[in-house]
Amino acid sequence: MVELTDVTKYYGRKRALGPVSFEIDRGNTVGFLGLNGVGKTTLLKILACGLRPSSGTVTVDGFDVLREPHEVRKRVGYLPELPPVYGDMPVSDYLAFVGQLKGMSRERVAKRVPEVEEYARISEVRDMPTRHLSQGYRQRVGVAQAIIHEPELLILDEPTHDLDPVQIMEMRGMIRRLKDSHTILISSHILPEISETCDRLLILNDGVIIASGTEAELGEKLLMSRHMAVTVRAGGDGAGAPRDVIAAVAGVTGVERAGDTERSSGDADATTYHVEGEADLRAAVCRALIEAGHDVLTLRRAERELERVFVGLVGGARA
Amino acid sequence: MRTGATGIIFRREFQAYVRSPMGYIVAAVVLLLDGLLFYSTALGPDAGELLSGEVLRVFFYFASGLTSIAAVALSVRLIAEERQTGTQLLLDTSPIRDWEIVLGKFLSALAFLSVITVATLYIPLLILVNGKIAVGHILIGYLGLILLGGAVLSIGVFATALTRHQLVAVAVAAVITGVMFLLWQLSQIVGSPLSRVFAALAIHGRHFNGFMAGLLHLRDVVYYVALTYFFLLAATRVMEAKRWE
Repeated sequence: MVELTDVTKYYGRKRALGPVSFEIDRGNTVGFLGLNGVGKTTLLKILACGLRPSSGTVTVDGFDVLREPHEVRKRVGYLPELPPVYGDMPVSDYLAFVGQLKGMSRERVAKRVPEVEEYARISEVRDMPTRHLSQGYRQRVGVAQAIIHEPELLILDEPTHDLDPVQIMEMRGMIRRLKDSHTILISSHILPEISETCDRLLILNDGVIIASGTEAELGEKLLMSRHMAVTVRAGGDGAGAPRDVIAAVAGVTGVERAGDTERSSGDADATTYHVEGEADLRAAVCRALIEAGHDVLTLRRAERELERVFVGLVGGARA
Repeated sequence: MRTGATGIIFRREFQAYVRSPMGYIVAAVVLLLDGLLFYSTALGPDAGELLSGEVLRVFFYFASGLTSIAAVALSVRLIAEERQTGTQLLLDTSPIRDWEIVLGKFLSALAFLSVITVATLYIPLLILVNGKIAVGHILIGYLGLILLGGAVLSIGVFATALTRHQLVAVAVAAVITGVMFLLWQLSQIVGSPLSRVFAALAIHGRHFNGFMAGLLHLRDVVYYVALTYFFLLAATRVMEAKRWE
């Protein structure tokens, strides 16, 4: 569906992107993850035919973005970071305007506008000028304008930008519903947004892709199974300190006691330790603690795995 | 039925004038000043003894200045505002051509300016009550106002395509328009052949005098249409260059 080969973008002498090469299959939902300013928006704008690449080739559904930009534009729905809404236009009029801009007939627009209003749950504000809408509604109107012409490729640049937690959950729900009928590209620096909605991740740093794969594959890359959190209730006097017992397990390279905020197990005697090792040591650590007379209340791979992947990759790339 | 992109842009922009206070403010100021100037030149205590045709000529003279100022005011938001608010990205990523955007915006501003201009029609009709003037004189004068307004609008569209800042666009449009007006005065003080070049290029003076007097010359019509075409083409080229930036 999307194919990029050696794409770069320079502003003057400054390289904003690339060289970048990748392919995205039809029906996939792909997340572009990266810190602010690493080239995510530049990349998405190139795909939406809003920016000319300095070199390389970009095709969408077989059409080259430079040679046949209008064919690409017909097939792409694009939500920029700030929804491109006209403040003076009521929502319905705005969506009808966008539909016609995208080449739809008046009859099709008349049928489609109520459908997307229903889909984006904005029917109740359909007669309001967009300047009177909250940020959450405005973002939903942004999604509605991106899907009104039923594009094959949907590009969402930071779709949860400036939303409150409830609105973020609603937006994620909307994206999940869209996955059935579109190829979707999402950019974000908010990790859970990417991990919860995307089939595949591309991690960008300094304009280049430094890693790609599913969440599990990326986790494997950084050997995430070697990080674990274990909550222990210390045994009687005869048992050694849990920290010492864990540290004595062959292969353990580090043990850290968790901060207060992570010790909310409800058991005043329980303590959580973050353990790092050279392999998956969950079984060995568990066995050692029990044999030493301690109770193991929970044992799990470390939480916020994707954050660790991301920070690990970006940190590694910057080192 | 598929509506052409020019028509879609035209409707949106015309509605924007109707929905925004800006359109009404420009209309109110133009109508007020037209009325006051007409009163002072034709009806007021300082008004001299003028023939009806002469009164109408004077009306078209000051109306041309006000129409030009209104044209600058109406045009400068057309593209700069889109860039300022981020909606230009919607147009840039839609399957429409730059000339369709430019033409749609220009025609919407011309239509709104024409509505304002035609709303001053009561003034020539007042002259008709107590005097004798030819309907043709009125029609030709209004045609001149709309052609002149269209030319200044095209300069404004060119200026607004250059920048995202409306104030910069106003300044650029005002300078170009001002120079085009001054060329007529300059043509009176410089020697030939420069004087002929300046007079031929001036947006007022030689090309508008005929319309004021109720005389229709094809060369004057061609001049305004050509000037409008030139600046709209320049605006389109600027849009094309900026679309992929």
